Amino acid sequence: MSTVDSSQRTLISPWTLRKRRGRLLYWLVFAVVIVLFTVAFVIPLVWMMLGAMKTAPELAQNPPSLLPASPNVGAYTEAWEFMDLAKYFTNTVIVAAGAWLIQLAVQVPAAYALSKLRPALGKWILALMLATLMLPASALLVPTYLAITEVPVFGVNLVNSPAAIWLPAAANAFNIYLLKRFFDQIPTELLDAARIDGAGSITTMWRIVLPLSRPILAVVSIFSIVAAWKDFIWPLLVLQDPEIQTLSVALQRFEPDTPINLMLAGLVIASIPMVAAFLVFQRQILAGLTAGSIKG
Amino acid sequence: MSTPTLIAPEPATRQSRPVRNPATRLRRTITDNLTAYGFLCAALVCFALFSWYPIIRGVLLSFQQVNFVTPAEWVGWQNFETLFADPLFGVAWRNTLLFTGLALVIGFAVPFAVAVVLNELRHAKAYFRLIVYIPVMLPPVVVAILWKWFYDPGPGLLNSILRTVGLPPLEWLNSADTSMLSLVIVATWASMGSATLIYLAALQTIPGELYEAAELDGANLWQRLRHITIPQTRFVLLIMMLMQIVATMQVFTEPYVMTGGGPEDSTVTVLLLLYRYAFTYNDFGTASALSLLLFIALGAFSALYLRLTRTRG
Repeated sequence: MSTVDSSQRTLISPWTLRKRRGRLLYWLVFAVVIVLFTVAFVIPLVWMMLGAMKTAPELAQNPPSLLPASPNVGAYTEAWEFMDLAKYFTNTVIVAAGAWLIQLAVQVPAAYALSKLRPALGKWILALMLATLMLPASALLVPTYLAITEVPVFGVNLVNSPAAIWLPAAANAFNIYLLKRFFDQIPTELLDAARIDGAGSITTMWRIVLPLSRPILAVVSIFSIVAAWKDFIWPLLVLQDPEIQTLSVALQRFEPDTPINLMLAGLVIASIPMVAAFLVFQRQILAGLTAGSIKG
Repeated sequence: MSTPTLIAPEPATRQSRPVRNPATRLRRTITDNLTAYGFLCAALVCFALFSWYPIIRGVLLSFQQVNFVTPAEWVGWQNFETLFADPLFGVAWRNTLLFTGLALVIGFAVPFAVAVVLNELRHAKAYFRLIVYIPVMLPPVVVAILWKWFYDPGPGLLNSILRTVGLPPLEWLNSADTSMLSLVIVATWASMGSATLIYLAALQTIPGELYEAAELDGANLWQRLRHITIPQTRFVLLIMMLMQIVATMQVFTEPYVMTGGGPEDSTVTVLLLLYRYAFTYNDFGTASALSLLLFIALGAFSALYLRLTRTRG
C-alpha cells in the first residue's frame, strides 16, 4: 500500500489505510469481498462443470455430492454426440460470422459516407437511423418477422435462412453512430490530400480511413459477434428448422428431454467460445463497454 | 480511442483545384452525391426493409386483422379491446413492472455498491473484474437453463447452500411468491458485470482532491459517499437507470426458458404475452397493438436516454 500516491485517492484516504486499524479493516473487507465474489461468480460455473461429470442418480441425490464420485469426463463428448452439437456449433458460427461480415460491409461504408462524403440529406438519413434506437427492439419483433416472411419488393421468404439474422442485424444504427463518430475525428485534410494524389473514395476509405480506425472496428466487430452468439428470441422466431438452429435455440429445445448431466455438458460447451473470446479480447471488450455506454 | 495524430498537409495543396465553372461544379456535386449514396445504399436498403418499413407496418397492423390469405382488414380499436378484455393483459403488465422494480432495487443498487467497494480495494483487481464480467459473456439461454437447475428445490445448489448455513429452503421458481424474485436474481447475476465495470470506470474519474478537501472539512465516510461519490457519478447512474428500465421491461428469455410464465401466471411478462399472441395464436394484429403499447411505455425513457447521451458526448 505504500505505492499508493495521491492521484489515486479514492473514498478512503491512503493515510487511513496505513494505520493499524485501517489496515486490519481493509484486509477484513478484502477477505469478505473475495469470498463473496468467488461464491457468486466462480462457484456456479465450477458447479456446472462438475455437475456435467456426475451421474444422473448422483445429481438427483439430496444433499448433493460436492465432487463427482467418479468423474465422467466423457460426458462432454457424449453430450456433443447426443445433441449433435457439431451441427449447432457450425450453425452458430455461420450466423455470427455472417452477421459480423455483413455488418462491417454495410455499416463501415455508410458511416464513411455520412462522415466524410456528406451527401445531400445525409443529416436526415442519420437522424432517421438514430430514431430507430428509440424503439425498444421487441416492439418491432412482429412487423420485422413479417418482413422476413415476405421481404417487401423482393417477395422472398427468408425464414430458415441465416440471412434472416444477417440483414436485420446490418440495420444497426448504434454501430453506424459509433463508426461515424470515430471517422469524424479523422482530419478531412488527410482525405483531401489522398484525393489530390488521385485516390478515389473507395481507395481512401480502404487505405486511409480503415487502417486508422482499428480500435473502433474492433469494438464494432466484438459487439456484433457477441450479440449474434448470445441472441435468443430472434433466432427462435426465424430459424424454425432444427437443421439450421443456433446453439441457444437448440439447447432450449433439448432441455426438457435431455439427461441433466449431458445438458450441463452442453451448456459448458456453448459457453466456451464466448468465455475464451473474453479472455483473449478482454481489453477491447471492456474498452468497448465504456465507450459504448457512457460517452454514447 | 484516441484521435489519430497526423501531420497537417501544406495549405497550398488544399486549394490546388479551384472550381470556377458552374456547370463543372454542378457535375462535381452530382457525382459526389452519387458516390456517397453508392456507399450508403446497402445500409439504406437494410434500414428500409428491416427497420423503417416494419415501424410503419407495426403501427398499421395494430389497427388491422391479418390472416395472410385475404387482404388485411381494418378493425379500428378492436385489437386494443381484445387486449383490455384479456385478464392476462393486466397480469403481464403488473408482472413486468414488478420485475423492473425489483431489478432496479437489486440490479441497480448492487452493482453500484460493488463498484464503490472494488474501487477501494488495492489487490486482485484483475480477478474481480474478470469474474464479474464472465456471466455477461454467457449466452442468456445457458444462464437460464443453468439457474433453473440451481433453483431445483430438492438437490439444487441454492437450497443446498441454504440448508448448509441452517436456513429454510425456498420454493424458488415453483412458487408464485418467489418466482419473479428468482428471475430477477438470475438477470442481475448475468448482467451486473457490465454495470459494475461502467460504474468502476466512472468512479475512477472522480478527482482525488475532492475527497481530500472534504476530509479536511471533517466529512466522514458516509458524507463523502453521499456528497462526492454519488453526485460525481450522477450522470452515469441516470443513464444506467434509464437503460436498465428499457431493458428489463422487455424481459423474455428468462421467463420463456425457466418458467414458461408460471406458476399461476406469476411470470407472464408483456413480451411473453406478445409472443403468445403472435406465435401461438397467430394474432399478429393484437400482438402489434401490444407492441405499440410497450413502445409508448418505453418511448419516453429511450428518448431521454438518447438525448442525454448525445448531448453529453
